[in-house]
Amino acid sequence: MKTWKLSELDSLFAAIAAAQKLYIPADAAGQPAFTLWTPGLSMTKALNTGRSAKDLFFPQVENLVNFKVSGRRIQVEPGREEVEDFVIFGVRACDCRSFDILDSVFLSDPVDTFYADRRSHATVMTLACSEPEETCFCTSLGIDPQAPAGDVSCWAMEDTLYLEANTEKGQALLSSLPQLGQGEKPQTDASVFHRLPLKDLDFSVFGEKPLMDWFNSPVWDSLSQSCLGCGSCTFVCPTCQCYDVEDFDGGATIRRFRCWDSCMYSDFTMMAHGTNRPTQKERFRQRFMHKLVYHPNNHAGQIGCVGCGRCLQKCPISMNIVKVAKALKEGKA
Amino acid sequence: MQDRVMEKAAALLESGVCTRVLGWKTGEFFYDVTPAVFTSAEEVRTQMVYNPFCGPNLSKYLIAESRKEGKIAVFLKPCDTFSFVQLQKEHRIARDKVYAVGVQCDGMIDMDSLKALGLRGVTAAREVGDNLIVSTLYGEKTVPRREALSLRCRVCKSKRLNDCDEIIGEQGGDLPSDRFAQVEALEAMTPEERFAFWRSELSKCIRCNACRNVCPACSCEKCVFDNPGSGVRNKAAADSFEENLFHIIRAFHVAGRCTDCGECSRVCPQGIPLHLLNRKLIKDMNQLYGPYQAGADFDSKPPMLAFTPEDPEASIITNGRDGQ
Amino acid sequence: MPVNETFKPTIVAFCCNWCSYAGADLSGTNRLQYPANVKIIRIPCSCRLNPMFILRAFQRGADGVILCGCHPGDCHYTTGNYYARRRMTLLFSLLDYMGIERGRTRVEWVSAAEGAKFAATMNDFTETIIKLGPNRRLEDLRCKTE
Repeated sequence: MKTWKLSELDSLFAAIAAAQKLYIPADAAGQPAFTLWTPGLSMTKALNTGRSAKDLFFPQVENLVNFKVSGRRIQVEPGREEVEDFVIFGVRACDCRSFDILDSVFLSDPVDTFYADRRSHATVMTLACSEPEETCFCTSLGIDPQAPAGDVSCWAMEDTLYLEANTEKGQALLSSLPQLGQGEKPQTDASVFHRLPLKDLDFSVFGEKPLMDWFNSPVWDSLSQSCLGCGSCTFVCPTCQCYDVEDFDGGATIRRFRCWDSCMYSDFTMMAHGTNRPTQKERFRQRFMHKLVYHPNNHAGQIGCVGCGRCLQKCPISMNIVKVAKALKEGKA
Repeated sequence: MQDRVMEKAAALLESGVCTRVLGWKTGEFFYDVTPAVFTSAEEVRTQMVYNPFCGPNLSKYLIAESRKEGKIAVFLKPCDTFSFVQLQKEHRIARDKVYAVGVQCDGMIDMDSLKALGLRGVTAAREVGDNLIVSTLYGEKTVPRREALSLRCRVCKSKRLNDCDEIIGEQGGDLPSDRFAQVEALEAMTPEERFAFWRSELSKCIRCNACRNVCPACSCEKCVFDNPGSGVRNKAAADSFEENLFHIIRAFHVAGRCTDCGECSRVCPQGIPLHLLNRKLIKDMNQLYGPYQAGADFDSKPPMLAFTPEDPEASIITNGRDGQ
Repeated sequence: MPVNETFKPTIVAFCCNWCSYAGADLSGTNRLQYPANVKIIRIPCSCRLNPMFILRAFQRGADGVILCGCHPGDCHYTTGNYYARRRMTLLFSLLDYMGIERGRTRVEWVSAAEGAKFAATMNDFTETIIKLGPNRRLEDLRCKTE
């Protein structure tokens, strides 16, 4: 296995960034976020970023096409930004799994070329977890936080960073770094993951009953009762992938862009006849049905959640997928 | 306090004073409480909690709840009662449908504050004197309770419970508070520094609208920023202008109505100190138009709905108060 | 005074219908000169000015925004300009707090008889804005024409 001294992480970043753009989780105005590496930028001490790693593949706002208006002529111009090769370092196992979920949506026919472009230009370097938060529950979704996927998997143990390539892309990246050393990774200690309070969540139950049973569950009323209808959970979620397409009229140029949308909003999928989810209960139900039932139904049982715990930390009123899943299973909230 | 609040809630339901109780419900952890409506004493006894993590301000829920059939009892902390009064002043809450129980408050503890102290994997916390003993996945730690307080509670302006039908614990009074210290620190910076500060903070905004949706002063049925016909709808804060626009207009729209309850900053998933915008406006209004506290009483006139012929001209700002 | 020859600022002047708009008219009939890049928008009363209008003016390319209304005490609707005064004072203070140059916004009371004051105000304000340079801190790059 390849190695690097953790105390000299900065020079590893410099070596990678010499060839392509590098994003690392760093503190930006007190909030950890994937940030373009520039000399001197160091990794955050937080376990994970506030916003998820999906931002780099599916940004919040993305230009699709521009319309230039002059007199009675309208000229259509592509608004797409050229994507260069980039490396994203320090992705946790949960966020890395979220790419699989996004892939199953964006890369299935018809392929979302904007997303596909970014995916194909990216090399993902994951980082194994050793000190989870109490809100972590990736293990109950079949993710091993100590053996993250990605193009290159990394482990930070004691004073050494261990790196292992999993794909050709990862191989190419590691072989472009001749300065790397060789070493044997010590055994990882999994004991803390067995003490996680949410380790025993069971998501398999959602495949066992017909969809409409979940849809008509009596628990939705009380679960959604205090929901504020904000979009925090959807925007920090690594697997939420709904978007809206809007036009911005800037006078001479009209930009058609897409931006994240949230099923928690009253104008989500607004149609000519009005909105099809008239109250917060329907909107709330949509979000969790999508993650727990619709997505697995459409994608061979793949649950639309990776257990990163962001919604547990960020919801203003502490309502989240764990509470919903438990209440649905028990049939009472 | 937990027992007294729960017993009170159960008693109110059993005696028929109210048909519903608005309080907080237990969660997965000791800290993740959710606002909830209870309809039976049994529900209250099994699910209701009141602990130092019951931060959410319940006043805004009363807008909808007080329009329903029957009377609802609500548990309010001192700062929540300011919003409660302010919403009544704006005729948003039907007071006769609400039975308000004020609860003495010693300051709320906030997970963000605990995590900022470097704690990770927090599984339990108990109060012992002035300290908080926190159990984590990695062992136990003792932290001073004061350092675990929610940001807003560190500069609490008042422990007074306004317009309550009943009080649990003791009635408090206004406190000397240095809540404007951070505003003053910003004012002392150069315009370039202030611009850089707000740009770095507001550029974190993800336009989740949590600040707006939680804000008791933001009670419009349809927000201008959600209205495609308004011409200013911005769903995603697509550029820096839209980030500024949303927060400037929001702060301005609640000027004179904002009670400084601090919910906006508490809920922001990106940790933007949004209360500093509102506090600036409160500080200015106090200085320019006389002291005023939104939600403190029913009679005083909000500064933005009043004037005197002797008001200073806008030039005191544009020419610079320091004569620059 | 050295003036940047190449920068022609866009100034938006919101004028109340009853005093300042008439004042602008008067300065026109008196053939008093003020810069052509002042765009006047007529509003029924100075208190009609929603802060959103000011921000949107900046978004759409204004480098300076000025509000003109009746002198305090002379409002056609008796008290509108008193409310406007409080609102603008607070808004300008908030903009200043956020680091937006404080000279970019202004309030000036101009009566229907003050054609000369209107022209002088616009000349002075334009000069201030030229000194400040183009609006960068409240601009929207999507509205720029290339």
